[in-house]
Amino acid sequence: MAFESLSEKLQNAFKKISGRGKLNEKDIKDAMREVKLALLEADVNFLVVKNLIKDISERAMGQDVLNSLTPGQQVIKIVNEELTALMGKENTKLNISPKKPTIIMLLGLQGAGKTTVAGKLALMLKKQNKGVLLAACDIYRPAAIKQLQVLGEQIDVKVYEKGTQKPLLTAKEALRKAQDENCDYLIIDTAGRLHIDEDLMGELKELKDNLKPSELLLVVDAMTGQDAVNVAEKFNSTLDITGIILTKLDGDTRGGAALSIRAVTGKSIKFAGIGEKLTDIEPFYPDRMASRILGMGDVLTLIEKAELAMDETKAKELEEKFKTQRFTLDDFLDQFSQMRKMGSMNDLMAMLPGANTGKMANAEIDEKQVDRMEAIIKSMTKKERENPNVVNASRKRRIASGSGTTIQEVNKLLNQFEGTKKMMKQFTDMSKKGKKGLFKLPF
Amino acid sequence: MNKNEGLFSKMKKGLTSTKEGFSKNIGNIFNSSGEINDDFYEQIEEALIVADVGMATTMLIIEKLKVNIKANKIKTTEQAKTELKNIIKEMLGQNDVEDNYPLVILFVGVNGVGKTTAIGKLASKFGEQGKKVVMAAGDTFRAAAAEQLTEWAQRSNASIVKHKEGADPAAVIYDAIQSFKAKGADVLLCDTAGRLHNKKNLMEELKKMERIIAKELPGANKEVYIVLDATTGQNAINQAKNFKDTVELNGIVLTKLDGTAKGGVVIAINKELMLPIKYIGVGEAIEDLEIFDPYLFVEALFE
Repeated sequence: MAFESLSEKLQNAFKKISGRGKLNEKDIKDAMREVKLALLEADVNFLVVKNLIKDISERAMGQDVLNSLTPGQQVIKIVNEELTALMGKENTKLNISPKKPTIIMLLGLQGAGKTTVAGKLALMLKKQNKGVLLAACDIYRPAAIKQLQVLGEQIDVKVYEKGTQKPLLTAKEALRKAQDENCDYLIIDTAGRLHIDEDLMGELKELKDNLKPSELLLVVDAMTGQDAVNVAEKFNSTLDITGIILTKLDGDTRGGAALSIRAVTGKSIKFAGIGEKLTDIEPFYPDRMASRILGMGDVLTLIEKAELAMDETKAKELEEKFKTQRFTLDDFLDQFSQMRKMGSMNDLMAMLPGANTGKMANAEIDEKQVDRMEAIIKSMTKKERENPNVVNASRKRRIASGSGTTIQEVNKLLNQFEGTKKMMKQFTDMSKKGKKGLFKLPF
Repeated sequence: MNKNEGLFSKMKKGLTSTKEGFSKNIGNIFNSSGEINDDFYEQIEEALIVADVGMATTMLIIEKLKVNIKANKIKTTEQAKTELKNIIKEMLGQNDVEDNYPLVILFVGVNGVGKTTAIGKLASKFGEQGKKVVMAAGDTFRAAAAEQLTEWAQRSNASIVKHKEGADPAAVIYDAIQSFKAKGADVLLCDTAGRLHNKKNLMEELKKMERIIAKELPGANKEVYIVLDATTGQNAINQAKNFKDTVELNGIVLTKLDGTAKGGVVIAINKELMLPIKYIGVGEAIEDLEIFDPYLFVEALFE
């Protein structure tokens, strides 16, 4: 069950019908089936998926999509927009109490990573030069207090603990201590508990009512499945949480739980745990999560950028030129500037899925080199640009001195141009049988 | 039987206690009109998905159900329900728990699934059977993991071998094996640090432990269990695959079934990787670890 990305699936679904040109309702319905599968595979809750599909279908039926030359990309865009909207805006600010200390309470199921998050948050705040006190209120799990103490030592933050004394008592004493020491933050680690355990949920309610924390953060494992909605809803309805922290996001989970939780609670996901080290916590980016759930890297951003930069008529002209082999150095130059509009080359590379791995990571593109290539072409006459074959040794010398480069560089550019021309020819030949809009990004 | 009822009611309690809001009462689907139609299949699909069975396995189950309904001329949803359960039970197969001693079990899994707790409970279970148990505190990474296991050792009257935090886990295993041999003990339970399955170097570390066990205890019955959290979704498949690629997995311990999660993903894992589910965790108390019973699991899935 290797993950095939949703974009691939949609492209395939639409490929079957590309001969007909326009899409019809059935095509969209088939595509929606793929979207549904992808979301379910990513562990987005069933009912959340149902609602999403309804919204997405309505939009996808719109004329813009049906008439588009690139329906696959249009649909992906809509899916992503809906997901991003549902994920909410970035909101990683902690609620600050007007009176010191600001109390942050961490809650969640067993094994979600509350104690580790407590350490990570404390370190993050300490780095902002804030005074922090940790309170160990997990009196149930064996050695939980010890775990927090060890973390506290590692990051040099004090931990208040009173063994297995009632959590409320410990928390109150910790609060007094934090006030005495003029701490900015008091972080309370609580025991993991099941949302259906009425007694233990009551204990949290008691803590909340007495301490009035500014933040009640639900810590959730990013790998959680369909049950995420039950957990989040119960914690939220009992305690009215203020936000969510998603942990273990450094795994390979699609993390659909994030979407489900957000959908049922409406609360922001504020931070994400992204590794084993205590520094491995970062603000949560809802838009990144949306594309992760779809399994597409930041392909969507790339689609949008490409659409902005490359207007369709130009693309068609270019396509025509490839076919007729009239691709000139002027067009080559044009391509550079089109690419430029999409952002720096390195940014673009980073956005491609899989581009971060292996060879690609080392393939740093030298922006300066692109500048020089532009200069070389601009130093050519119109005739030379249209027919590079006329560029002889003396012309090369002139071009090199005109562009402030060397003859070797001029040679290199001419070779690259020929290479590109050949490659593009192959591309067009290859896709002749396939789609209508040829000059598309290769995904 | 009494004990089984106790277990079943524990699971059922968890599974039925959240009926509000988003959760679906799966039992309902079979109480509908009684006619086998598209709606009926759709409801089953929903029920299986909500139980984290996953889309691929769900479709497979439904295909089989359709075939069987036709072949056996099943007319009512009540009969279809029995057939559905039978299909899943058959997929899960039988569960035979190891009872050849000396027995060494290495526990692996991602962070926070409950490896240490499962070992504690299992130690108590073996202890009750009069077996001599040694624990190896192989999680030298997480703060206070060894202390946590030590408490379990005390509760279950097992002995424990541990090193300092940050020590080489393989060395802990080695020492534990020597202690195990010297004591002439029956069961050696080896804890390991939780690790995400996509972290190559951490996964390699497990191989070393496996090699040491193989070398030092050639005659022992060796098992490697992956501990999976029932609340985990489809990612559990990736977890099981990656761990299986690294070490010789023999079985699954499914924890946290006392919540509202149903752990349906193990059906896919069981089917794809031929990994039997050995034990399930159904509560916080030391006795709350049970030998997996496919019958009860499937019943709970649809309650």
